[in-house]
Amino acid sequence: MASGPRAEFSNPVVNWIDERLPVFTLVKREYGVFPTPKNFNYFWNFGAIAMVMLVTMILTGIFLAMNYAPNATLAFGSVEHIMRDVNWGWMIRYLHMNGASFFFLAVYIHIFRGMYYGSYKKPRELLWILGVLIYLLMMATAFMGYTLPWSQMGGWAATVITNLFSAIPLVGNALVSLLWGGFSVDNPTLNRFFALHYLLPFVIFGVVFVHVWALHVSGSNNPLGIDVKGPQDTVPFHPYYTMKDTFGLCVFLMVYVAVSFFAPNMLAHPDHFVEFDPMKTPPHIVPEWYFLPFYAILRSITFGVNAYVGAGLAVLAAAMIPLYCRKLDLDAWLGRMIGIAAAGGAIFMLGYLSQYEKSSGGHMLSLPLAEIVAVNAKFGGVLAMFGAVAILFVLPWLDTHPVRSARFRPAFRAALLLLVVDFFVLGYLGAQVPTNMLTIIGQLCTAYYFGFFLVILPFLSRKEVALPLPASINDAVMQQNVRGA
Amino acid sequence: MSADTIHPEPGETRRDFLYLTAAAMGVVGTGVTLWPFIDSMNPAADTLALSTVEVDLAPVEVGQAITVTWRGKPVFIRHRTAEEIDAADKVEVAALRDPETDAMRVKKAEWLVMIGICTHLGCVPLGQKKGENKGEFGGWFCPCHGSQYDTSGRIRKGPAPKNLEVPKYEFLSDTHIRIG
Repeated sequence: MASGPRAEFSNPVVNWIDERLPVFTLVKREYGVFPTPKNFNYFWNFGAIAMVMLVTMILTGIFLAMNYAPNATLAFGSVEHIMRDVNWGWMIRYLHMNGASFFFLAVYIHIFRGMYYGSYKKPRELLWILGVLIYLLMMATAFMGYTLPWSQMGGWAATVITNLFSAIPLVGNALVSLLWGGFSVDNPTLNRFFALHYLLPFVIFGVVFVHVWALHVSGSNNPLGIDVKGPQDTVPFHPYYTMKDTFGLCVFLMVYVAVSFFAPNMLAHPDHFVEFDPMKTPPHIVPEWYFLPFYAILRSITFGVNAYVGAGLAVLAAAMIPLYCRKLDLDAWLGRMIGIAAAGGAIFMLGYLSQYEKSSGGHMLSLPLAEIVAVNAKFGGVLAMFGAVAILFVLPWLDTHPVRSARFRPAFRAALLLLVVDFFVLGYLGAQVPTNMLTIIGQLCTAYYFGFFLVILPFLSRKEVALPLPASINDAVMQQNVRGA
Repeated sequence: MSADTIHPEPGETRRDFLYLTAAAMGVVGTGVTLWPFIDSMNPAADTLALSTVEVDLAPVEVGQAITVTWRGKPVFIRHRTAEEIDAADKVEVAALRDPETDAMRVKKAEWLVMIGICTHLGCVPLGQKKGENKGEFGGWFCPCHGSQYDTSGRIRKGPAPKNLEVPKYEFLSDTHIRIG
């Protein structure tokens, strides 16, 4: 990594070490003089904040592990022992428990930043993909950590989520048994979840390292989304952004610490304080808030894919395919596609109604062969939920518009902000007991979620005319200063 | 390396063959090495050994239900009333999501024995105790996502794809069963 010219240091010890292992040169080049766009806003704090949260989680976690017993008969008691008897145990646990929420909060803001300012576009596609990978690993780690206190909520969350895999045709049940190490969520499950919960944060750390490495190859994006054109566009990372990051970090940590001390159970649920009973499901189980939108997507697939639903989706896909291909006469395509898409949508709706269950039993619409279902609702829900995360991996190829920042793309900006609203509504729905009305709202929100990525983005990539871009970062910053003065 | 030690051959060479066989052996070797580690995550011998349980049904009155534990899972045993058996028999099987007649699901009509785990996402349905919600079909109701089962444990409404699973069991005497 540290090739290229070495820096000279006046301290002879530092110099001696640096000649043999140029770590000081590396730090100076990557975090000292590293040229960084000079127009960052506070959204650019959240990468560093997420990094600090990761370290916080690892440190608090190591100390919790010293007092925790990963055994089904002892786990719940050992967590209570940490809370009541271990010196400062309550504090370390509350910091760990709430730290997960604040880590996700920072990462969600970081992801939004990346989407709003187009940070996933060339040349940062791989940087983005590594980020999505980190997010996925975080989800797995958080889910397994949720199980460890062996509470009613944790145990049943583990049961429900591992059972998702039973939806996979043919190998599903064998796979679930493999995940459990038995015939139900029990001691072997807890044991392996603990082992993996301890391991995965270090894997995340490794991927974060590669993520930051890739960042330092391409350099940071910025709120204007235009490339750095020369030294007048940048400032050295230190002291400018070390200070700005430190300030933002302090504000963030103050909120985090305030919640951890004054409202530590704000995000918890009474069923966290009852030991796991595999014979009795609590009346209302919900995942942690950061999973709720995906949980809502899972639950909104209440219909199986029968011939009509399948045909409708196939026709819609066929109408869309030209849009993903490089060469396209957009207007001609639009003219042809409206009819086809409407037909596809109509067939889909027929299929949906033939699968829609009336409250009096039976289906809303009876069609020939409608009861033959290729993908049942359960597996459909699982596919949609994982698909909702997986689609982020290909985002750089769905949005191919040459302009990065949403500042210069009003239509994209509106669609993206609507997606944020959509995501919040899904999150709200994920926490509710589903009724017919809420399920339909959830289905519409799910449709928009996928529609945004699969239809709106490729369409806008071709159609949207961006506002004029500033000549350079320096230009825009100077103009703003003139206006501000 | 002098020029005369290199013998470029046209088309596929022996070197290609060596690459392919070495790669194939590498893949097989990796698989063989990985398997014990993956298999170690499967249920262990002592877990498998706990695979039968005997239940005395004599104290269970008509209309009562009991829950026993088998392989860490709840097993529902309901001593069904004549009306419940009748209701289960009358259902039109072809219209069911997972078509099974009541007779396919029981050994003796008055005793219904099933694994008490919702086939949707593994919650334990309500309906065993007096006063619990039994759903619209008088059987079981899953509180997690609202699946409803009839008096034969068949899925009638909600997201679950299958009927409640019937475990392997046998009657040792008229009032004694062994599950597993």
